[in-house]
Parts: sequence; structure tokens; C-alpha cells
Amino acid sequence: MGDHSHGSPENSGTVAKADDVAQDRFPDPGLPPHRPRLADRDPRAAKRHERQVALLFTISIIGTLFFFVAYFVLGHLGEMTFAELRVQNAALGLGTAFAMLGIGVGIVHWAKTLMPDHELMEMRHEIRSEEDRQDAVEIIDTVLEESGIKRRPLIRNTLIGAIALAPIPAIFMFRDLDRTGNTANEMIDSLRHTMWDKGIRLTRDPSGTPIKASDVQIGSAFHVIPEGLNETEHPLNEKAKAVVLLMRMDPAEMQISEGRETWNVDGIVAYSKICTHVGCPIALYEQHTHHLLCPCHQSTFDLTQECKVIFGPAGHALPQLPITVDSEGYLVAQSDFHEPVGPSYWERG
Amino acid sequence: MTTTNEYQASTATGRIANFVDSRVGASGMVKEFGRKIFPDHWSFMFGEVAMYTFVLLLLSGTFLTFFFDPSMAHVVYDGSYVPMKGIGMSTAMASTMDISFDVRGGLFMRQVHHWSALLFVASLSVHMLRVFFTGAFRRPRELNWVVGGVLLIMGLAAGFTGYSLPDDLLSGNGLRIIDGVMKALPIVGTYLSMFFFGGEFPGDTVIPRLYSLHIMIVPAVIILLIVVHLFMVVTHKHTQYPGPGRTNDNVVGFPVGPVYAAKAGGFFFIVFGIVAFIAGLFQINPVWNYGPYDPSPVSAGTQPDWYIGFVDGALRLMPGYLGNFSFEWIIPFPWGDNTLVMSVLLPALVPAGALFAVMFAWPWIERWITKDNREHHLLDRPRNAPFRTAVGAAGVVFYCVMWAAASSDLIATHFHVSLNDVTYWLRTLFFLGPIFAFWLTRRICLSLQRKDREIVLHGREAGIIQMSPEGGFSEKHEEVDVYKRYLLTNYVDRQYIPAQPDAAGHVSGSEKRRAAISKFFFEDRVAPVTPSELEAAHAAHGHHEVEGDTQDSIAK
Repeated sequence: MGDHSHGSPENSGTVAKADDVAQDRFPDPGLPPHRPRLADRDPRAAKRHERQVALLFTISIIGTLFFFVAYFVLGHLGEMTFAELRVQNAALGLGTAFAMLGIGVGIVHWAKTLMPDHELMEMRHEIRSEEDRQDAVEIIDTVLEESGIKRRPLIRNTLIGAIALAPIPAIFMFRDLDRTGNTANEMIDSLRHTMWDKGIRLTRDPSGTPIKASDVQIGSAFHVIPEGLNETEHPLNEKAKAVVLLMRMDPAEMQISEGRETWNVDGIVAYSKICTHVGCPIALYEQHTHHLLCPCHQSTFDLTQECKVIFGPAGHALPQLPITVDSEGYLVAQSDFHEPVGPSYWERG
Repeated sequence: MTTTNEYQASTATGRIANFVDSRVGASGMVKEFGRKIFPDHWSFMFGEVAMYTFVLLLLSGTFLTFFFDPSMAHVVYDGSYVPMKGIGMSTAMASTMDISFDVRGGLFMRQVHHWSALLFVASLSVHMLRVFFTGAFRRPRELNWVVGGVLLIMGLAAGFTGYSLPDDLLSGNGLRIIDGVMKALPIVGTYLSMFFFGGEFPGDTVIPRLYSLHIMIVPAVIILLIVVHLFMVVTHKHTQYPGPGRTNDNVVGFPVGPVYAAKAGGFFFIVFGIVAFIAGLFQINPVWNYGPYDPSPVSAGTQPDWYIGFVDGALRLMPGYLGNFSFEWIIPFPWGDNTLVMSVLLPALVPAGALFAVMFAWPWIERWITKDNREHHLLDRPRNAPFRTAVGAAGVVFYCVMWAAASSDLIATHFHVSLNDVTYWLRTLFFLGPIFAFWLTRRICLSLQRKDREIVLHGREAGIIQMSPEGGFSEKHEEVDVYKRYLLTNYVDRQYIPAQPDAAGHVSGSEKRRAAISKFFFEDRVAPVTPSELEAAHAAHGHHEVEGDTQDSIAK
């Protein structure tokens, strides 16, 4: 704030010094004189407003009747097209809108034109009078004295202890919110594993048909689930961890780190589809740039660099699923993922 | 306490009224409230909108509970909507489809409920902005400000718990994000997520649990808080805008009966009518387009409900990496490595936490800086509290940058610009926007105050152009009337208060900091016009005219 002057203090007079406390003020002239409305002076205008209010109430009645028409004539049960539903919904809405607006606008119009518009004045009361405060203090002192809580610290201290302890069971009662019955370690462990395992076929989502390596052309992408997913006990839970994106690119374009040389099949690679940011499915694949984009928060992963994060809020690369082909030429997993899929958590390490 | 000559009503209505009155003491209530004065101003209606949309939420929500089944058990849809027939989904989703297609008016009620919820949070927010910018939170209303803030949080909780209930694809992805944010919490996060979802995400218990919260505890708390809020409004009496005849000790306005009751009561029907109009004509949350929740697909351009947008936007703005530096911190402990997910924790908790912390604490912050502990029943015109208006504007911009970031992908596709550039710009604005908004708003407020001074000192522009004998044109200025002048000159003139020594003559560190903020806020200030200044201005004006005459005479 370099400029502390508004114009020049000498001539504008707008910059007051902290010490010149302005004591002289303009006196309160009181409420401005009341201006009568048209309806206050002209009985014909008042009559006109009366008719307008009645008309608005009548519009409300018509709106309610229209609602019944919409409900019984347009509305019917059984199969209907979306267009029919939309018409019925609009008619119900318009009927209700006119029914309500007729009443509301009518009442407000009545209040504004025909009810008195003189502003009245009322004084505020003290929120707490000193007299009340003293009385209250006296009562509280009496109550404390009669209860004896100050004189008997043994009672007071054991009561504090009891009250502090009593709610704690209520917190522990929520332990069984977790319906799996898992121990703490089992819970943490469950996040480390998916249903992928050695030899499990990669199949199309949602049909479940297996994929041959020869089906996967350069530039194509498949949404993949493990074979047998829909037969598991909790398909959605398994799917939430196991979904995979399968893509094929020119092996010459791939930068492969040590230990992952055998994880692809001639440039066919599989990566977890669950974003490492907060877990949205990464649904967008730009085949020209080889970028994967999460539509929720725009984390961008570069397929050529083993799905390293190149933009957005994700904090680590997408886990890769090691794959190979089985004797029939179908793509299968070599093992589970080597790290937890999805968003990071405290125990991930 | 019957007396021998007890009052006997003559009409049937009178007898019923008397029966009730003699048993509950209604006369006292009528006496107390029947002609209670409420000040009138359009900006006081936002709170009413919030209350009325809440009533609509209770009515439409109760209707929906008669048909909704929150179970996550798997069913195959066999309702009236042909394109979805044969698709597997949860019972919650199927019953949402049935409400939409097989209950007459069910879709209308769903849309009334959803639009009311959006409007409820919106009107709560705007109401709080009104209270903030007019200084209505000052003593004695600080606690009611806090109650209002908790109401806003409960409104968000109600919206969040309700949003997920249909178990459709869009809301399911919202829950997945919640799961990711929960897991990022250090130490407890993983367990919290497991407890919330009853095991691994998505599980089969979360929808019924959200339903219990949504229809029981959350609305119960909201009702309780509304009662407390209104009770305090009655205790304090309503604030009023400054103006002639309005003082800190009185209330000027219309009596409850009949005018205020008619206007406020009529307004409920107007709000209802407008919501019904929107719900009839504008589609919202078409779950039949999204389909049931499945962890694999997601549609591009997903948007949360507007009030969650600012947190979602903050999540988008946060970079996961700066260069090669990851915001997922691996912390080595003796028992092994743990992960602190700053890339999620920072944006999810810090901006929203800071906003709410400053919001709740602001009445006390302002009292500390201004040393003003007086009761205030007269509101500030926002221009007359430039520091506060500027802080509020900075907060609004801070919020809106995050909010805009929640639509960064739509901004990019709609305006054909690079998504990355949109994000870089918004990241910059996240830091610079509030500072610029503070500076600009304060300049605007100070200029408006000087304009007010100008009007009082030199009159308002009359719109009449005068031609002088030499052919020069000038606009005639007319002096404002006493009522307008009083409005323009009667405001709290806050000034810089230098650091004050305490009783021992020592100036504490916190007092020095207070003085520094006070200086920053108040060394630029525009003082109201005083009668003596006006007199001086009049004298100068007369002098100028005399001078002009002399020049004229010389020219001749």
C-alpha cells in the first residue's frame, strides 16, 4: 500500500488524521415524511388493486386444477417414453408453480398496495440487565451451595472421572462398522492384493470374453477385467481394484525400467485403471500422445514412461500388471500387481 | 385460578380461541409478537429463502422416503424405462428409477428436492455474505454468526449424504473420491475408509448408512440449529440499515401483523412456486442417463453439485509433483515406511479449513483489531467498512477460483484452450486473485466514500446544463436533502489505533501486531463530512462565485 493519500490531502480534505476525532455530526432529522400511495388517496386505485389480488388468487386456483389435469390425464402408469414423462413433469411443475405463485404474489401484492405502509418504531431492550445478572449469580451460588459440590471434592472428582469415561464405549461400539470382521492387519493387507494372479486371463469389460494378443493392434485400447470377476462374492469390490487398461504401442517408443523387461507382450502393456490420486477410473486414452487422462481431476500419465505422472494432482505412477500369453495365445497375468493399486494411504509405504 | 366473572366468548370461534388461550396463554404471545416490528429490506430475504427451501426439502424428502429403498442388494431392473431393462443395479438405484418413471409426480418431487437442496445451500451462502458485508455479525450477534456457519456446514453434510443415495454412476464416482480423500488421512485414514464402507470400497453398506444420516441426524440438527438461530434473532431483534430516524436503540419497520406476516408468508409461496417452475422445466440429475454405479466407467466432464465444487477444484489445482519432487511423502519410521499424501491432504483440508476458520473467527478478529466492543444494531453500508468488504471480497475470489477449477476441463473444452493452461492460470489466480481483489475492493470502497463526500459537499448532479454568458457549459448541482445527507454522513468512522501500553506500561507483541493490522486497515480512510466542513464548502462556493464575477468584470 504505497499510496496513502487520496488525491492531495491539502485540497481534498478527505484524509482525516487519526487524532482529529470528528465530534460534530449532522443531527438525525428523524423518519422522512410518509408519502401516501395511489391506493391511499384514490378509492378507484384501491379497488383496482383489490381486483388484481383476486385475479392472482384465481390464477392459483386454475394452476391447482391444471395440476390435476396433468396428474390424471397426462400421467399414467406403465411404459412410457421419455418425451411423455418430460411433458407430464413440465405440466405438474407449471401447475404447481402457478398454484403457488398465484397465492404468493397475490398476498405480497395485497400487503404492498392495500395494507398500511406506515413504518413503525419500537425501542430495543437491553439484552441483559445488571439487576438480572446479579439475581442469576445469586441463584447459581445458592444452587452450587445447596448441591455441596464445592465442599465435597471427592464427589466432584469421581463424577468428573465417571463422565469422562462413560462415553468411551460409545466410540468402541463403532468397531463393527467394518462388516468383514478383519483384523487391522488384514484390512491393510486387503488393499495390497487384487484378484489378479498367475495365469488369470485378461477379459473384456463388461462382456468377460478373453483377449488374444493378436486382437490388440497398435494404438488400440481395451478396458479389462480378470476372468471370473462376475462369479466372485463381491464383484464390485474386486472390480474396484482389478480393472486394467490394456494398450499396444510400438516397443521402440517404450522406456522400460530394469526388472520390467518381460512385463509386456510385444508392446502390449497393462496398467491399473484406478487413478493413484483419489481413485477415479482413468477412462481417457489419447493414442497419438500416449497419454492417459483421468476425467475427475485431470491427472495425466505418460504411457511411454511407464505411466509416470506428467500433469495433475496424482502423486505416483500407475501400477503395471505383468502380462504374458498362454498356450492358446490369450493374454494372461504373470502375477498380481507388485504394488497396491489406487490412491495412496498411510500404510502404503 | 378461576375467578367468578371469567370472560365468556360470544361466537364459536371466540370460544375455541378462548379455550386455547386460557390453557396455553396465547394472549401473551399475541401481545409479544402480534405487532413486533421487523425492518424491511430485500437483502433480508436470503435467510428466508434458506428457511423456505428447507421446508420444501422436508416436504419433498418425506414424499421420497415413502418410495425409496436404500438397500445395495443387487437386482435386475424391470421398470418402465425401456433402455435400462435387464441391467443389473442396486435396489437403491432401481427404486430411484421407479420414483422417476413409475410413481406419478415422482420425478417432479425428485427434482423439487434436488433443486431445493441446491438453492438451500446457495441462499445460506448468500445470506452469510450479506451478514458479513453489512457487519451484522458484530456484538451481540457473534454467536448467531457461528450458529449460521454450523448451519452451512450441516447444509453441506445434508447435500453430500443425499447426493450419493441414488447409487448411480456419477454419485458413485463422488463416493470413490471421498474414499480416496479418507485414505489419505494419516494413521486413521485406511481404517476410517474401511469403517465407512463396511469393508473395502464400495461394499454393500454405505448407501443405507448415508440414508440414516441424511434423513435422521442431519435434518434433526439443522432443525435444532434453525430454532436456536431464530430464537436469537427474536432476542436480539433484527438489525437495520442506517438512515434517518434509525438509531442503534430502535427498530423501524413493519409490524408482524398484518404486513410482515403477509409479505413473509406470501414469500414462502413465491419460493415454492419458483422451485416448482424450475423442477418442472429443468432436468437435474438424470440417473437414467448415468446408469448404475460401476467402478470401471466414468463420463468425461463430471461435475459435483455446486457447493462441493470448491473442494473438488482445490483437488484439481494441487500439483502431484513439482519437477521431480512428489507431494506423496514417504516417511521412514523404525517399523517401516509410511506415506503422507500431501497431494490430497493439502487441497482437501487446508483451503476449506482456512476459509471456515477465518469465517468463524472473524467477529473476534475484527473486535480485536478495532477494539470495538460496542453493540451494533445499525448495519454498515459495505463501502463504509472498506477493510471488511475487501477481506470478504478476497475470500469470495479465493472460493470462486477453486470453484472455477472444478470445471477446468469444461472451461478448456468450451473455450478451446489447453486444459493445462487453464490449470496454470487458476493456480496463479489462487494465490494472486485474493490479493488483487482485496486491493481493488478497498480502492472501490474508498472511492465510493469520497463520492458520498462529494455529494454532501457539492450537491448531487441535477441533470440541468447551464450556459454562462460567455458560452461555457456547466451542470447545476443541487444540495441533497437532510435525510439523504444524514444517510451519507452518519457511519462508524473507524480509525487507526496505535499500539497501546498495558497497565504496566508495556506494549506487548500481540498489541504491536494488532496495531500493525489496524494501521494497514485504517490509515487510508475517508472521514464523514461534518457540519463545519459543509459550512466551509458553502463559504468557499460563495467565494468562488464572487471571484468569477470579478473576472467577468475585468473581461468587460
